[in-house]
Amino acid sequence: MSNPQQLRYSKEHEWLSAAEDGVATVGITEHAANALGDVVFVQLPDVGSAVAAGETCGELESTKSVSDLYAPVTGEVTEINEDVVNDPSLVNSAPFEGGWLFKVRLAEEPADLLSADEYTAFSAG
Amino acid sequence: MSSSPLRRTALDALHRSLGATMTDFAGWDMPLRYGSERDEHNAVRTRAGLFDLSHMGEITVTGPQAAALLDHALVGNIGGVRVGRARYTMICREDGGILDDLIVYRLAETEAGSSHYMVVANASNAQVVLDALMERSAGFDAEVRDDRDAYALIAVQGPESPAILASLTDADLEGLKYYAGLPGTVAGVPALIARTGYTGEDGFELFVKPEHAVELWQALTKAGEGVGLAPCGLSCRDTLRLEAGMPLYGHELSTSLTPFDAGLGRVVKFEKEGDFVGREALTEAAARAGANPPRVLVGLVAEGRRVPRAGYAVVADGTVIGEVTSGAPSPTLGKPIAMAYVDAAHSAPGTPGVGVDIRGTHEPYEVVALPFYKRQK
Repeated sequence: MSNPQQLRYSKEHEWLSAAEDGVATVGITEHAANALGDVVFVQLPDVGSAVAAGETCGELESTKSVSDLYAPVTGEVTEINEDVVNDPSLVNSAPFEGGWLFKVRLAEEPADLLSADEYTAFSAG
Repeated sequence: MSSSPLRRTALDALHRSLGATMTDFAGWDMPLRYGSERDEHNAVRTRAGLFDLSHMGEITVTGPQAAALLDHALVGNIGGVRVGRARYTMICREDGGILDDLIVYRLAETEAGSSHYMVVANASNAQVVLDALMERSAGFDAEVRDDRDAYALIAVQGPESPAILASLTDADLEGLKYYAGLPGTVAGVPALIARTGYTGEDGFELFVKPEHAVELWQALTKAGEGVGLAPCGLSCRDTLRLEAGMPLYGHELSTSLTPFDAGLGRVVKFEKEGDFVGREALTEAAARAGANPPRVLVGLVAEGRRVPRAGYAVVADGTVIGEVTSGAPSPTLGKPIAMAYVDAAHSAPGTPGVGVDIRGTHEPYEVVALPFYKRQK
């Protein structure tokens, strides 16, 4: 699998897009989606709520387990992906595209995120 | 869990070449899934699936008093099983607690006056069952043999499985009833062909020598190509058996429950000849379950989408009334389902106000009769 070069990555296996007008998109990586198996339920943070880097902001349920969703960055949620709420399998089929989870207005520049190459090495380890 | 290295089945390299996600299951490195577990589940329900179940524990019991030993050691009427048939049964402790659930196959007699049984135990309990059978065999003219390494076990399950298997064997599959088994040859490989399974579908379990496993797996894969046979992992096996309302040891069954507590009192045959381990305690358990059942195993179907997991509390009016033993998203129903032990007062299908505490939130659930899924015959 290949991790898109233009994204940045957390060690909790979330990705963060480059910000446009201060708003960035968040999802989970293909590596994480494969590890979870079929995702059947996603609970996302409310629009307008504040999320903090490294803290839980939702849940992902798969056949075998439930996993916390961590915010890769601090900010305010501006939009959630209703398509993925209605069809959580998008997380598996298109984790970097149609399976995005939410958008966040950055309160500060993200720190400690990994480049695609760094994340590829990290997730292979 | 022990820190000893995981055991690998004869099909290990094949699973890896198929890209399987592997998991530690009872000390065995087993395929959890090859791709999407939901697709694998649906393949078994609508077409066919191929499983490596070589972790299951085979124990051979032979001798003139093999039947008498098993009638003493197990709760079922094993002497009444005819040659070529199989029986679902249990082995209990003296106090009635369930040590394991088993399938016992009565095979053809290899020598006059001596009967031949194969007992198949869960991987996690195989040693316990073996030890118990050895101990209980004292005084019987019967031999108990550990045959765990003598067999690989491959299952082909689903509506297309009879056609797939028929293309590879001359054995009389038409005449092979559910819970029957016969020796035969499949794809040139000697096999015990059993019409048993743990999926709620028609299907077969093929016991073969480990050195023949790869050859048989590949022949089945090829024979099933045109009808959508899919390799299937333990993840979908769990959701298949859950939909079919079949208990899993360590979840619905344990040493702290008797077969009567688990709603499976029918496997206990008091009318059989002679004494058997657990008779006294089970007689009391039967009376207790009839008069005043403590908790009852029920099905729960979610109204929402959050999935109940083993150990979650079942609640009504803010009070804990039971505990989830198994839960998963059901691919067939399209909703989360669970099996749970609940207080008898809340166990009737349709009982209002029942929920599951899912990490602090009480999600509404409907109480239903088991199973969730029954195939059309």
